[in-house]
Amino acid sequence: MTSAAHLEYVLRLADNALILGQRLSEWTGHAPVLEEELALANVALDLIGQSRLLLSHAGKLEAAGRDEDQLAFLRADHQYRNLTLVELPNGDFGRTVVRNFLFAAFQRALWEALPGSTDLDLAAIAEKSLKETRYHLRHSAEWVVRLGDGTDESHARMQSAVAFLWPYTAEFFTANAVDSEVAAAGLGVAWADLQPAWEAAVLPVLVEATLAIPAQTAFRSCGKLGTHSEHLGHLLAEMQHLQRAHPGAQW
Amino acid sequence: MERKEWPLWEVFIRSRNGLDHKHCGSVHAPDAPMALQAARDVYTRRQEGVSIWVVQADQIHASDPDAKPEMFDPADDKIYRHPTFYKLPDEVDHM
Repeated sequence: MTSAAHLEYVLRLADNALILGQRLSEWTGHAPVLEEELALANVALDLIGQSRLLLSHAGKLEAAGRDEDQLAFLRADHQYRNLTLVELPNGDFGRTVVRNFLFAAFQRALWEALPGSTDLDLAAIAEKSLKETRYHLRHSAEWVVRLGDGTDESHARMQSAVAFLWPYTAEFFTANAVDSEVAAAGLGVAWADLQPAWEAAVLPVLVEATLAIPAQTAFRSCGKLGTHSEHLGHLLAEMQHLQRAHPGAQW
Repeated sequence: MERKEWPLWEVFIRSRNGLDHKHCGSVHAPDAPMALQAARDVYTRRQEGVSIWVVQADQIHASDPDAKPEMFDPADDKIYRHPTFYKLPDEVDHM
C-alpha cells in the first residue's frame, strides 16, 4: 500500500466538499427566498467543515508541513482532485438543487461505507459527516420532487438540469488505480462499488418527480484525476485571491 | 404572470427535553414538510432546538385586540385567585 494512493483518496473527498461548498456559498445574497438562502448556506458550511477536517488529515498523511489552509488556498487547479460535477457553475436554482441531490446521494453512500475504514481518522470524519449529508439529501430530494412535478416551467428547468448534469455522474464510478489500492488495503471503499446504493437513492426520486432519466453516454469527465473543466480556474481565482495577494494573511 | 406567494407558517421550537415549545418566528414554505425544513434551517442553526412544530398561520384564531377591555381587564381586581392567601405547611417549599 503506497501512501500516495491514500493521500490521493483523501484529497478527492476533501476537494469535492471544498469546491461544492465554495460554489454553494455563491448563492448567499442571491437565493430566491430567504429560507432557501439559509438552507444553501448551511449546506455550504457543512461541506466546508467536512473539507477542513479532510484537508487537515491529508496534510498529516502528506507529512510535508502543509496545513488545511495551504492545501485549500495554495494549490493550482491541476492539483485539485474534485469531481468535475462540483465545479460546474450553479446555473439556475433548479440546476443547483439537482446537483446537490445527485452529489448528496453519492456522498451519503461514501459516508455510509467509510466508517469501516482502517484509517480511523477517516472513519470518524465519515461518521460525523453522514448526519449532515443525510439532511442535504433529504432537503434536495424534497425540492427535486416539488419542482420536477410542479409547473410546466419548473418541470422543464429540472429536466434540462438533469440532462445537463447526468453525464458528469459517470465519473463518480469510473474505476482507477487509487481506488483499487485503497480498497485492497481496507482504507476506503472503491467508488465504483457505490453505484447500486447511489442509483437506489436517486432513481426513485427522479421517477416520483416525473423526470426522465437520461441514457448513459460515452462522455467521461476526469476532475478526480486532476483534469478539470475551464470553470475550476475561475472558481479558484476568487477563492484564493486573498491568500495569493497577501500570503499568510489571517483575521 | 400571476405571482403566488407561499403560505406563512408559525414556528415553535422546543429548546430542551422537558420544556415546552415556544413561538420563535415564522417562515414561508409551500407545504408542511418544507416548512419544517425551512424552520430547521432558519431557527436551529445555533443549537436552539430539539423539536419543531409548524402551524399554518391562517389556521390560528387570535383574540380581537379591540376586545381587550372585556377580555382581560376583569381579571385585574381578582387578586384572591392567586394561591398566595393559603397557609402552607412548612414542609412545602417554593409553591
